[in-house]
Amino acid sequence: MFRTKTKEGQTAENSGGRVPAQAPETAPAAAVDEWIIRTQGLTKVYGDVTAVDHLDLSIRRGEVFGLLGPNGAGKTTTTLMLLGLTTPTAGHAWIDGHDCTREAILVKKEVGYLPDNVGFYQDMTGRDNLIFSGEMNGLSEDQAKERAKELLERVGMTAAADRKAGTYSRGMRQRLGIADVLMKDPKIIIMDEPTLGIDPAGMHELTKLIRDLSVKDGRTILISSHELYQIQEISDRVGIFVGGKMIACGKIGELGRQIESDGSYTLDIKARAADLNVSQQDSDDLLRRLLSKVAGVREVSENADGTVHIEADHNIEAELLALMVGNGFVLREMHETGGDLDTIYRKYFEKEGGNNGRSAD
Amino acid sequence: MDEARINRHGFKVLFEKELTDHLESWRFWILFLLLIVVGAASLRGAVNSLTSAAQQASAQGAQLTDFMFLKLFTTSGSAIYSFSTFLAFLGPVIGIMLGFDAISSERAGGTLNRLAAQPIYRDTIINAKFLSGSVTLFITVFSAGLLFTAGGILISGIEPKPEELARIVVYLLIVWVYMSLWLAIAVLFSVLSKHAATAALGCIALWLFFTMFLSLLASGLAGLAFPGASGGNVLDVISAYRLSTGINRLSPYYLLSEVTTVMMNPNVRSLDIMSTLESQNGAIASYLPLGQSLLQVWPQTVAMIAEAVICFGAGYVCFMNKEIRA
Repeated sequence: MFRTKTKEGQTAENSGGRVPAQAPETAPAAAVDEWIIRTQGLTKVYGDVTAVDHLDLSIRRGEVFGLLGPNGAGKTTTTLMLLGLTTPTAGHAWIDGHDCTREAILVKKEVGYLPDNVGFYQDMTGRDNLIFSGEMNGLSEDQAKERAKELLERVGMTAAADRKAGTYSRGMRQRLGIADVLMKDPKIIIMDEPTLGIDPAGMHELTKLIRDLSVKDGRTILISSHELYQIQEISDRVGIFVGGKMIACGKIGELGRQIESDGSYTLDIKARAADLNVSQQDSDDLLRRLLSKVAGVREVSENADGTVHIEADHNIEAELLALMVGNGFVLREMHETGGDLDTIYRKYFEKEGGNNGRSAD
Repeated sequence: MDEARINRHGFKVLFEKELTDHLESWRFWILFLLLIVVGAASLRGAVNSLTSAAQQASAQGAQLTDFMFLKLFTTSGSAIYSFSTFLAFLGPVIGIMLGFDAISSERAGGTLNRLAAQPIYRDTIINAKFLSGSVTLFITVFSAGLLFTAGGILISGIEPKPEELARIVVYLLIVWVYMSLWLAIAVLFSVLSKHAATAALGCIALWLFFTMFLSLLASGLAGLAFPGASGGNVLDVISAYRLSTGINRLSPYYLLSEVTTVMMNPNVRSLDIMSTLESQNGAIASYLPLGQSLLQVWPQTVAMIAEAVICFGAGYVCFMNKEIRA
């Protein structure tokens, strides 16, 4: 369904066509319509650091795409290139059929951008900031006022709307930021670390707000973050971005299976000897010895919370259970950790790091 | 949809917002009121000085000048500078005040990337900021200048001739160019430096250098280059004078002082030492017409415009090449 191409040979064969109609093989006819964001061999070099390295990315209309990567992986640079705020060193990007570098204004008309740590004019009220954005996007003053009112309601900022923006907390700024982005009624919203530094309650609220933008309004959202769980919660698909390269891309479940088929299967278990006379220490030692004898187990280690972490090259659940029971252990907890983003992220990160050992910018 | 049209609309909205910000800001009003107050004080001083001078002149049966009203602008009182001196002094401060944080405050407040993500070209941001500042300066110069004129008519009872009014308007226009030049310098600094304070200090330092120290430097250099001048060698005196004037003319402050001299005093026929001597030889004692005065200050005016264009151009190029991210 979706492919990431990071090899240079593949981008070279496509670079002849500058027209965005060039689409992945799976969607020949409705190509322009279905893939609303596309990049081809997008590269940005700062001095001797390659911030983004031949990125080929396609995002479907109406989906929430999570761009996941550590700090300095090139996520912000990618979003800036998509908006035409930074000129790519090589390659092209198109949004809804417009070239992001040459037709930046048409792109910016359709794309709402929420930068990380969004700022507002401090001595204007939140409402006036929104009205200003609306007018910049071609609304008349009355239309802008009307829409600002609706949006302030939607993000729950009506009560604070007429205070100076300089007095807002970070969470309020972020919510106002979402309203600000919506002032232009964008088809696409690009968000850069939207939940950075927000408390858990605010995070939950914000996540719901963002999810609604896609589900209720049908907007396409590209969200870049390093916060795994939040991305997992709201994204349809994720791309894992390390050192300027997209090293994996797809639905979270698929990525999990991909790792499994790579010969990696991880489990966390918590078990104790049934005989309570045995000390915790002895019980743990015994357990570890038992586990390392199971065929296929590569590594046994202890997590910080006292659970035992097992890495194996295939699914060993059944054998493990039999072994436990047979040796007088009580199993208190057992869960597969391979499927969640945390492991995926770590796995890919390790894999990539092992390949070329290059640090991100 | 048409990109240029969308951009123009954005320009208009941004320009209006910046202009409103300027006209509603405290620092603008503080400096504007300061200008009005010193204007009133210098008018009082000028009227006093001129009254006594005119009484002396009429006691001797002579007339002071045909252009009494212009004298109000350039005559200083016993304890206060003239209005034109104040304009030359405070003009740069007002220009700097309007521009020194134009870009750096957007950058520091995190609003620059939000603004750049709106459907406008990037240069629209710096263009709108410069233009709104320049329009604010225009409003400042002309409201202060015309208030001074009105006050002058009321207090002194002198009726300005049409030519005097024309000279005042031309003079105020050139003062506006002069202040816009300082605005351009301030905008350049605001692009270059991360912090508004750094930009402000840089501008003030440059202002002090041009207003106070360049003339010292110029005469020092001229003395070094033509040591014969102190001995009374005529050719050396002339060369030294020309060298120091040439260096001085780098400074907008000096250029404006020359403009003021010529525009506000029709008696001044030339700014060069040689042609002053030549033209007085056999000249009919009369005033220089407005057109001829304009011709005299044209190079100074063009120099100021050129300096403004260079500074704004440099700021523009730097801004366009800077990374938008903070």
